[in-house]
Parts: sequence; C-alpha cells; structure tokens
Amino acid sequence: MVKETPVEKLDYEKALEELDAIVSALEGDEQTLEAALALFERGQELAKLCAKLLDEAELKVQQLTAEDTLTEME
Amino acid sequence: MEQLTLFQSPQIPLTVSDLTRHLRSLLESDELLQDVWVQGEVSNLSRPKSGHMYFTLKDSTASLRCVMWRNAVSRQMYQPSDGDALEVHGNVSVYEASGQYQLYADLLRPAGEGALYQEFLRLKDKLEAEGLFDPERKRPIPAWPQTIGLITSPTGAALRDMLNTLRRRYPIVDVVLAPVTVQGEKAPQEIVSALERLNRIVRLDVILLSRGGGSIEDLWAFNAESVARAIAASAAPVISGVGHETDFTIADFTADLRAPTPTAAAELATPDQLELRAGLIESKDYLERQALTFLENLRWAFNSLYNRLNLSSPLSQVRRDRQRLDELLRRADLVVAHKTELRRTHLQGLEQHLIALSPQGVLERGYAALSHVDGALVRSTKDIKPGDALEAQVSDGSFGVEVKE
Repeated sequence: MVKETPVEKLDYEKALEELDAIVSALEGDEQTLEAALALFERGQELAKLCAKLLDEAELKVQQLTAEDTLTEME
Repeated sequence: MEQLTLFQSPQIPLTVSDLTRHLRSLLESDELLQDVWVQGEVSNLSRPKSGHMYFTLKDSTASLRCVMWRNAVSRQMYQPSDGDALEVHGNVSVYEASGQYQLYADLLRPAGEGALYQEFLRLKDKLEAEGLFDPERKRPIPAWPQTIGLITSPTGAALRDMLNTLRRRYPIVDVVLAPVTVQGEKAPQEIVSALERLNRIVRLDVILLSRGGGSIEDLWAFNAESVARAIAASAAPVISGVGHETDFTIADFTADLRAPTPTAAAELATPDQLELRAGLIESKDYLERQALTFLENLRWAFNSLYNRLNLSSPLSQVRRDRQRLDELLRRADLVVAHKTELRRTHLQGLEQHLIALSPQGVLERGYAALSHVDGALVRSTKDIKPGDALEAQVSDGSFGVEVKE
C-alpha cells in the first residue's frame, strides 16, 4: 500500500474498496511476515471504520424514523 | 207489430270478458292514449303495503282512476299527496276485473313544471349544440388545491356542510366565500358576478358553486343561461353541487365536475387528510424498510469481507512458523542432551580413575599411613625413633602404634 491515506479520512466506499484489496492480497501470494502484518493491521483499522460507519448510519435511520411527527392530529 | 228481436238477432252475444278485451285492445291501439300527459288534482291517494300507488285525478267535471306500480313509484323524485295539482304521464287501459279504464302512470310531477321543463330542455339542447357540455371542455380538478372559492348563500346549510367537510378533510386549504342569493330573480345575476369577481380577485384552484336542496323552482337560478355561460368562462374549474342527488341543472352540465350535493362538492375538491396521513405513514415505513435493507446489504457485504480478513490473518503464518521453530528447538535440545551424556560418561571414568588413585584407595588395598601426633606423615625411617607413639590410619579408621626398635 503505497498511498496510505489516514483511515479516518476515508469514506465508507473507499475504506471497503481498500479492505477488499487488502483481503485479496492476504489471500493471494505469500507475503513476508512483516508485510502481512502491516496489511492485516491496516485491514483491521479499515474494518473498524466500516463497522463504525455502518452502526452510525443504522442509528441515524432509527433516530430519524422514530421522530413520529405524522401521528399528531389537530 | 214487430216481433221481439231477441231471437232474431243475427249476432251471437259477446261474453263480458270478450267485450272488455275488445275495449282494451281498442284503447291500447290508440297512440295518444299510450303516451299521454294528464293534468289534474290528486284525490283518494292510497299507498298499500304492496308499494303500488292508487289515486284519482280530477278536475271540475271529470275524474280518472290512476295506478302507479311499485317500480315506477320508487323512481319518482316527487311524492304527491291529496290535493296536489299534478301532471301525470302514462298509458290508458282497462282493468278488466272491474271494467274500469284507468291511467297506468309511470311519471308524475307538480303541475306547471311542464313548461319549466320545456324551457330547461330547450336551453339544454341549445347549449349542448354549442358544445358547452363537451367532455373535452371539462378541466381537471387540481388534486392539491391551495385556495378554494365558494359561491353559495352565506346563511344556508350548504355553506356549513361544505366548510365542515373542507375542515375535516383538508384543513390547510384557504377558502374565499362569495356570498350570493341562491334563489329568486336576482340570483342568476349575483351568481354570474360572483364568478367573475372571484376569478378576478384571487387565483383559485377550484370554485364550488352550490346550493342545498329545494323545489325545482328554488333551484331555477342554476338553470339560467347567464350562469351557464359564466361557468364556462371561469378561469378556475367549477364544481357544481346543487340540490340533491336526483337534481340535475344546466349548471351541473356546464360545470367541470358535477357533485350530487354541496358536501360531495367539497369532498370532490379536496384530498382526505386521513388518507394522506395513512399514505404518508406507509411511505415513511417503506422508506425506513428500504434504508434498513440497504444498510443490511452493506453490512452483509462488509461482514463477509471482514471474515475473509480474519481468516487470512498472519496469525496462521505465525502459528505455522512457530511450529517449525519448536521443531528446531527440539532437535537442538536432543543434540545437546546427547553430547552432555557422552561427557558425563567420560567424567565418570575419570572419577573412577581418580578414586583409585586417592589415599583412601591405597588404604583400601591394605596399606596403612603412619603419622606423628602432630599430624606429620612418616615417610622414612629417619622420621621415627624407638618409643615414638604414632597413629596408624587404615581404610576404616585409625589406631595408636609404638615404634619398638
């Protein structure tokens, strides 16, 4: 990974895309232990970010739909 | 003198039934009698449980028995009572059982309506020929009106009904009222100017022109030609709601939409907030479901990737390498242990050798070591003289000895 953007600056799609690439790299050719560890660490950071963004999105949806303004009648 | 003709008649006498049937067919073959309007005053009105209606129409010099069958009775907008001046339509025939001719009525209306009705038909035909009622002239009624104009009596039940309906169904709509007289001579002109005024003053989405129920004379303003032309000229589409379900006026034909009653006009002009709210709630639920499904899919894709990440973690490589390391260590241990054992054996040999060479070893072979009491060893005869007390050490202890000579 040459261009290492700080994980927290990535949006969900970019993070997932990079995570996909990392997983493919780890699954593919044999890496040196050092390289594999670096990839894995980056992968974990990306996964953590993705999970966090998903949790936040779901919470946001639930909050938005919980605001039930439609039931009040005059 | 003439003979009694009783037996000389060349004719065979008819039975009463034959005669009656003959009369009946005579009446029924007369065109006028089969499609006739008769005017008179109602008396002896009777409405038995069968649902049929029996009455007599009379004027100053004659009377006519009338019957209206149940089906026809139920179709009448006007229900007569004794003393009413009526115009009755039907066909004349004979009720054979009583030998009475009677009018079989199918339509009735108050007397005088005939002329009004003729006028109504004439105007209707004229306007229809001009194309005022053409379906392609009808403008659509906006689904979401912001401002509605009402043309009706400010004091009538129609206004109250419409306002209640609008408030119940669609309270956010603005209402502009143009109060008018809805019956009498002035009514048509007031309605016409109300239509013009409303169209000029505000931009309206729809105009409701209405009046509660009444007699045909009461509704007559809504049959005026000027009113019809003003409706046709209105910029905003017009919904008419005049009288009851069964009343049709020229205004109804000209309007863009005809409602059977004022309340129905208000209903046709507005969406129902209950339905809108139900629809909104449904849309909102759908939106929520879609959003959650979208997230669910993202999560699923993410989870499978995350599982793959963990499966491809360097941990497996580390474990594999660690095993190899353990193997190497074990082999190293084995080598070291072997070499140690060899050394230990060698050492034991040396030890044996050493033991054999030790003073103790010599003593065990039967030698004794002599020493003076000060501990100095006796190595030579020069070291001793007769009488010396010495100590002899053997393998398992020592004892005193004396030098004799």
